[in-house]
This record gives sequence, structure tokens and C-alpha cells, in this order.
Amino acid sequence: MAELRSPDSDTGPLIVLSGITLAFGPKLILQDLSFTIHRGSIFAIMGGSGCGKSTVLQSMIGLLRPGSGLIRVAGEDYWACGEERRAVIDRRFGVLFQGAALWSALTVGENVALPLQMFTKLSEAAIYRLVKFKLSLVGLDEAINLRPSELSGGMRKRAGLARALALDPDVLFFDEPSAGLDPITSRRLDDLILNLRDGLGATIVIVSHELPSLFAIADDGVFLDAETKTAIAHGSPSELRDTCRDRQVEAFMHRERVPEEAAVTL
Amino acid sequence: MAGYKGRLLDLFSALSANALPLLNLEWITPVLGSLPLIDCMVANEVRGQACQGRSRRSALSNGRIQGAWVISEGAQNTTARVDTVDDATTLKTHSNMAEAPLWELRPGGKHAALSVSGEWVALSGRIPEFSPDGLNKMVECETLAFTMTDVGRWDSGLIEFLWGAKQAAERNNITVNDTALPMAARKLLGLLGSGPPVTKAAKHQRRFILTFIGDRVMAILSDLGTLSVVFSATVKAGALAPFGRARVRTVDVLANLRDAGPSALLIVSVVNFLIGAILAFVGAAQLRKFAAGTYVANLVGLALVREMAPVMTAIVMAGRTGGAYAARIATMQGGEEIDALKVIGIPVVDYIILPANLSLVIMMPFLYLYGCLVGITGGLVVATTMLGITVSSYVHQTLTAVPLSQFEFGFVKSIAFAFLIGMTSCHIGLKAGRSSADVGISATQAVVVGIVGVIAMDAVFAVLANSIGI
Repeated sequence: MAELRSPDSDTGPLIVLSGITLAFGPKLILQDLSFTIHRGSIFAIMGGSGCGKSTVLQSMIGLLRPGSGLIRVAGEDYWACGEERRAVIDRRFGVLFQGAALWSALTVGENVALPLQMFTKLSEAAIYRLVKFKLSLVGLDEAINLRPSELSGGMRKRAGLARALALDPDVLFFDEPSAGLDPITSRRLDDLILNLRDGLGATIVIVSHELPSLFAIADDGVFLDAETKTAIAHGSPSELRDTCRDRQVEAFMHRERVPEEAAVTL
Repeated sequence: MAGYKGRLLDLFSALSANALPLLNLEWITPVLGSLPLIDCMVANEVRGQACQGRSRRSALSNGRIQGAWVISEGAQNTTARVDTVDDATTLKTHSNMAEAPLWELRPGGKHAALSVSGEWVALSGRIPEFSPDGLNKMVECETLAFTMTDVGRWDSGLIEFLWGAKQAAERNNITVNDTALPMAARKLLGLLGSGPPVTKAAKHQRRFILTFIGDRVMAILSDLGTLSVVFSATVKAGALAPFGRARVRTVDVLANLRDAGPSALLIVSVVNFLIGAILAFVGAAQLRKFAAGTYVANLVGLALVREMAPVMTAIVMAGRTGGAYAARIATMQGGEEIDALKVIGIPVVDYIILPANLSLVIMMPFLYLYGCLVGITGGLVVATTMLGITVSSYVHQTLTAVPLSQFEFGFVKSIAFAFLIGMTSCHIGLKAGRSSADVGISATQAVVVGIVGVIAMDAVFAVLANSIGI
């Protein structure tokens, strides 16, 4: 089993993207994209709507094969290592999808239990204890018997997070974790992400354009541009806000209009 | 047993020299050297399950090492962890002197201590549970201190155990002191039990049989009520549509017509051809006994035109199109598309139900007539090949035996079946829940209700036809 979690002192590269090109059929989404995610970091993939943030995430979690380029996970070529090996690596990943993607036919508890039932030989009692524990970590232990349709948006996100944590992943991917949440719930989720990183030692990758969240938790990142279809800035959100002089990045970080948009009247 | 030790030493020396130069395995030699030759056992831990002997050999023969190698001496376990993947990739090297997860509760009057040691990995399956009543006897205790001694690897398994102890302490009004724990463990423990309160799910209550029956009857009546409302709205919209007073888009009607008509031709052909052929087979076998083989055309013609073609075509359409309507509308329900229609002010009946029903009602009679033709052809093929009846005599016999009134009867039935399938499937789709499971449930319901409804309605038609002498 691949150990992707960082030993205490190791902050070396964990996921490295080199010259990635991503496309949906003939439609090019991103080209020549390169960046490095270090162990134990909270890495933000930033950019405006439609710049391909979620598409990059899909390529890192095995949902979309890059047209060209290389993705290395702990030094291993993720897309060339074969499906079986990729499945082993994927089991060390936890993913919180934008809409939580809970299985609606199952209760919240069953959602969290399913990965444990499929990939471990733990007894039902041990699985139940773990499920209660993971749900308690996200403050949802009382909702164990509820269906996803009975949960609010924030609760669904937390239940999705509990499911992502089921197998004690080494890398956690979040796709727009704060989307659709009120500021208080969003802030609570930010704190939870920070605590999980510090407590579990996991590496965290966040796709988001929620600036307050990004400033609060991310310590590294990349900024994607829809026009050039590649990364135009690297660094933590705070660094980019304070030091980056690119017009697109400045406008994004300071919520300003870019010159072309300024001419458009509503 | 002694051989294992030698092989292990060879293995680790080979690894450190050649295959895995990144690993520093020098520490393993003194560890192995300190073990007595006797009672030395090697086990390979895979996914938390200790499997001895053979797995080690197979790992070796594959030229790779993976997992934790446990060298046991009595109760003393020494774990040398060599995490490597395949031959070259090194993700992490980790070594420790860890044991199975152990815990010790040291009562000390007012101040007790809970000490943990060993390796605490959640998915190992070895994490003990702290009994909820574990602190009940410590009536004098005021504080419980958590301490970690010689703890190897740990993850959420340790936190889960400590959380159990913390809950037990809180139940006994004992204050927990976790300052001796690492900051990471304290942060995770701090998360537990926090978060907004959540309403508990209503407990399942036992109901009297009369209550159950009453609920079911009310649900059926309510269903019939809403169905009749939808039905009347659809009829009204259908009547207004030719005058341009209903918001029906031609493009929707055409798309539905294509789906309910030409797209269904193949399956209707196959089913009716086979039904006609089967009827001819069965009829021929019996009629030949009485030298009445030529009357097989009468049997096939009448049975198909009056009963089999309308019923079988309707059953095919209930399964194919009715199920699709219900699934489509239920999916729209889940995606809040129906809500969007209502909010914008587009009548659901005009936009969804009317085009679906209109297309079914228009296409079903044609499909019925087509089914009759194909079914009679199926009978013709069997009659000419098995009974030696000529094509012209079969056609003549059919035209003589099947009057136009039988076609009219079948025609009317197929229109009624179309309405039944369209209305029930759309209604079932509209009342579906909002989850993906509800889509499947509503599709199944639509098919079942459609098929049963068609057969039940056919029985009613049979009684009516008998009473009016058709």
C-alpha cells in the first residue's frame, strides 16, 4: 500500500504535474500546466469560473486522462502505472465533491460505512464505531440514520467529508467546499479542514474561488487563466494578493473588474 | 525457524545494497541479532491480517516487499516496516519498535491516568474499544490524564479510542487532561462532539393494522384525486391546443412522436411477429387433427386484431415508453427542473404531460395496426411452411374472418391504453422523490402499473364487448 502521508519532517513533493494538457473531445481546456503539491500542505487551485479548476482535479483523481504530460504521485506515474495500481493509490485519496455526491439510496452512516465494508476486513461492530467516530469528527453523529435528502447543504458537505475520511486518506481533495454555504458554516468547514490537516497529517488540495476561505487556509497554490488556458501564477493566495502584479490575478484577488469587463455595462 | 532469520538478514542486506538504495536498513541487523534463534517467527502483515510463512515467500519470489514484517518473540513484537511499492518506487521508509495497541488505566484516587502504547492504526482491526462503563467504579476520581508511552504509528484509531474514554469520563463527571498528547491528537479530540445539534430521525413506530389499511386507502384516494386533476388538465389543454391556446411546443410533440412511434417499430415488430407465429403454431397443431388447417388464418386474425395486438403493443409501450416518461420526469423532479417550470409559470401539464400523452395517443393506434399486419404475417409464414396453405388462401381467409368492427374495437382499445400508460407514467414521475433511487422506483412503478392497468382495462373491454355484442 502506498504511503502518501508525510512523515513529520517530510515536506517534499507529493503530486507533481508536468506539462499537462486536458481536453474534452476537441475542446481544449488547459495546456502545458505544471505545478507541484508538497506533502502536508493545503494547496489551492484558483481561478475564475470556467478556467478548468475542477478539470485539473478530475485528472488528479483518475476521472480524466490528460491528453499529454505527466502526473506523478509520490514519484509514481499516476496514469501509466496501470488500472490496478491506480486503484490502490486512489484508495489513499479522499474526495469531497462539489455537491457532496452522497449515495441517495443509503443513509449517512451507510455512506461512510460502504468504503470500509468494501476495502477492509473489519467487523461490523468495528465499522460502526469508526462510522460514528468519523461522523462525530464532522459534527454529524446524530445524523447517522438520516438520508442525504433530509440534510441541509452544509450537513451534506460534512457528511461527504466524513465519507472522504472513511479510509483515513493521505490526500484529501475538495471541490468547491464552500460553494453554497453561508459564511458561518463555511468558516466552520475551513476550521475543520485546518484541524484535519494538522491532526491527520494529510495533504489537502482545494479547488475554490471563495477568497475568504482561500486566504484563511491555503498555504500554497496555483492560479489558472481561462484565456491562456494555463497557470499564470504560483504561490499561496495571500502571496498572490500581496505580490503578484498580473492584471488577471490582481483583479481576482481584489475583486476588481479587468479592463475588458469594465467596458461592459449591465 | 532459525532459517528465517538468516533469510531475513540476506534479504535486508540485498535490499540495502541493490534494490532499494534509498532505504536505510542498517538498524535491522542489531534488531535481528538480538533475537534468539529459537521461537523466531516471521509474519507478513497485509491489510492488518497477519498471515504467516507463505506470503513472505510469495512476496520474495515476486521480487518485491510490501507491508510490515513482524518478528515475534513470545509476546514481544518488533515491527520493521519497509514500505516499498514494486521494485523501485519508495514512498516512505518508516521504522519503529511498536507493539499491538495497549492501554492501561491507572487509578490514583482523585487523579487517574490512561496510558496508551503500541501501534494504533484504525484499519488494522486491532483497536480496542473503551467500555462506556469503564470509569463507573472510579467514584473519587476527578481528573483523567491521557498519556502516550512508546506509541508507534497512530491515526484516527487512537483518537477514536481516546474519544471513547473521554465520553466515559464526561458521563462520570471526570475532567479529562489531554495536555500530554501531541498537538495533532488534541486538535482531533477537540473536534469531536462539537458541531450544531441535529434533529434525531423519528423512531419507527408500530402501527395497528387498521391504521395501516386506512393510510393505504387514503394514499390511493389521494393518488386517484391528483391523477384525475392531471387528467382533466391534460384533456383541457389538449382541447385548447389546436386553437393555439395551450403552451405546447411543436418541437416537443414531434420529439415525443418520434420516440413513441418510429423508434418503437422494431420491438413492436418482433413481439407481434412472434405472437402471430406462436398462435399459428399452437392452432395448426390442433386444427390439423380435424383437417381444419385452413382455419388457422381465422384463429390468428381474430386473436391478434381483437386481443393480442392491442394488448401486446400496449405492454411493450408501457415498458419502453411509460418507464422512460416516469424516469425522465422523476429526474427533472430531482434536479428541481419541475420547480423551475412552476416558478417561471410554465404549466407542467402543457410542457411535459400533454406532449407525452398526445404523442402516445396518436402513435399507439398506428402501432396497433402495424402490429396486426406484422402478426398476421407471422401467422402466414408458419401456415405456409407448416400446413402448406397458399398465401392467397390465407389472406382471403383472414379478410373473411376478421370484420372491420374488430379492427375498430382494437383501435379504440389502443387509444384507451395509450391514455392509461401516458397518464399513469407521467403522474408517477411527478410524485417521485428527489433522489436517484426515486428515479428507479418511479420507473419500475410506471412499468408495473402500466402493464397491470392495460390487462385490467382489457378485461373491462372484454366485458363491455360481450354486453354490446361485438
